[in-house]
Amino acid sequence: MFDLITPFLMQSAVQAITPILLAALAGVLCGRVGVFNIALEGQILIGAFAAIVGSYYLGSATGGIAVAIVGTVVFSLMLAYGATVFRGDPIVICIGMNLLASGLTAYLLRQMFGVSGTFSDPAIVGLDKIRIAAIQQIPVIGWGFGRQTILTWFAWLLVIVISIVLFRTPLGLRLRGVGERPDAAEALGVNVRAYRVVTVLVAGAIAGLAGAQLSLGTVSIFSEDMSAGRGWIAVVAVMLARDNPLYAAAACVLFGFADALSIRLQSEGLPNQLTDIAPYVVTLAALVITHRRRSRAGTASSELAAATPGGTTEPQPDTR
Amino acid sequence: MSVAPSAGKSARRLRLPPVATAILLGIVIGGILVFVSGANPATAYYEILVGSLSPDSLPNTLNWAVPLVGMTLVAAIPLRGGMINLGGDGQMVIGGLVAALVPLYLPAPGPVLIIAAFAAAAICAGLYAALAAWGETRHGIPMLISSLLLSYPAIGVASYIVGFPLRDVHTGLAQTEMIPEGARLVVLTGALNVGVLLIAAIAALVVFFDRRTVVGYELRMRGSNVRFAGYGGVRLDRQAIRVMFVSGAIAGIVGAIVVLGSQFRFTDGALLTPAYTWSGLMAALLANGEPIGAICGGLFFAALQTGGFAMQRETAVPRVLTIVLQSIIILFLAVRHGMQRR
Repeated sequence: MFDLITPFLMQSAVQAITPILLAALAGVLCGRVGVFNIALEGQILIGAFAAIVGSYYLGSATGGIAVAIVGTVVFSLMLAYGATVFRGDPIVICIGMNLLASGLTAYLLRQMFGVSGTFSDPAIVGLDKIRIAAIQQIPVIGWGFGRQTILTWFAWLLVIVISIVLFRTPLGLRLRGVGERPDAAEALGVNVRAYRVVTVLVAGAIAGLAGAQLSLGTVSIFSEDMSAGRGWIAVVAVMLARDNPLYAAAACVLFGFADALSIRLQSEGLPNQLTDIAPYVVTLAALVITHRRRSRAGTASSELAAATPGGTTEPQPDTR
Repeated sequence: MSVAPSAGKSARRLRLPPVATAILLGIVIGGILVFVSGANPATAYYEILVGSLSPDSLPNTLNWAVPLVGMTLVAAIPLRGGMINLGGDGQMVIGGLVAALVPLYLPAPGPVLIIAAFAAAAICAGLYAALAAWGETRHGIPMLISSLLLSYPAIGVASYIVGFPLRDVHTGLAQTEMIPEGARLVVLTGALNVGVLLIAAIAALVVFFDRRTVVGYELRMRGSNVRFAGYGGVRLDRQAIRVMFVSGAIAGIVGAIVVLGSQFRFTDGALLTPAYTWSGLMAALLANGEPIGAICGGLFFAALQTGGFAMQRETAVPRVLTIVLQSIIILFLAVRHGMQRR
């Protein structure tokens, strides 16, 4: 088993984890304020496309990141207002957003760049890799982080920041209150809607970074539907972690390794159709294992109802 | 806080049916998108209309509607009970693959092959869908996510099977060999085959069960209030598994119709490229799972997409615009439903 962990594997694992981790953190924030966000897939895709647009027209990776943030925040307005002020069903809105992202990026790809499928151009500036020679020599961890983009570092920093903000600050207390007991939070003078809207938009910006990492972090291309299920894996990570950023990061590490391992197995000669499904199989296995323990504790049914639209619990117990 | 009441008041004043409003808004926003990208929206919409509803193109629309309406029913049946099946892609692929393999490897005469292929496709896809429901009832894994996640392994394994062990080595693509002539669906006229009748029959059955039977009543009851249905004596676990089996079985039949009726082989990716599952889900969401409304939605989206081909041919506007239109319509409708709920 140990000879499987090579510097290359570690590097590709950390690289594969970054977009999923950023998206999962976005999902955690939304979940904490009581908005079940399954639009991560679409948000990543919009972020990836906007990053390419920004990088292409502004000629810098920073420009790409900026456009990715703006684009995804604008896109996330639909969820932010649709699920709060307009009281739409977040699940339906998110499904609509995912399809809109897929259609809109494909449409704009044809209209703006005149290509379908994949767009690559020398004018697209990719993200620089930060090389830190000192840690590159440290086995395992150092191999992984020796040569990564700024977004990877930012993602892991964000895990710590979000954990501290959520559990150690008054702001975090209010955020959690908005999600867990919106009526109580409202009674204490917290503007529930405003907190939800702003949090969903901040989460949108983070999901946009996930997209930027995806399109600019490795090969600087955009291809249709390039998010390829990463947003859904992030949704699972959020569910497994029960909206805890640290656990979500742990889940993402697991999926990232499954992903990197599948690439590794591919180089060992296994057909890619089979190795590609490794992350999903690991995800399903993780769901089965964790939920089996939970259902013994007898808490699964309430969560199940919450994830079912039109079920027993209204997704938005709004206070007005 | 201040925005919401005024928005609610204006909605009450307008009193437009929500679906019509959503479609109108979708068309307006789509038109703006076309205009911004330098084409004439009126021409684009005219081409969609002619390309879908003129006598020449109507059979094409119907042909496109067969899998789309089928996948609409796949989504609508669980939605009627407040459940969402996101795994239609995987279920359809299983159905398509099984329907291609049965005639290729079962020594039997043509008509028997067709029936066996449909039965096997429906059962395999139905069981796979029921697996997601079983995961929810037995282990508490939300079906919303498990149905989708189960899709990926199904697609991957199917892709492997036709890419390696059972590949037609005479072609460059990952696909099975052609199925024998006798096992192909009878052509009615031009592009249309018996599949259209089969889907119509299934649609009629779904509507009948929804309106006239205890099963349908219990499912609607679950959709209105799960707890009430449970107290009323509906065995929720068993119901969820059965509903998902039926939903998956229809997805399998849709895959089989495409394979036996028009492609005559299972080609990797060919069932998924048109994104029938997602369009079907949106059509079902349009009507909130009510079968007749969902079927109308499916027909509408089929017309839109068929017209999209004509639009792409006649103007420079890519046909993926129709997907954008569909999602805008759903988004507006979700918001409108929410506003009415207050």
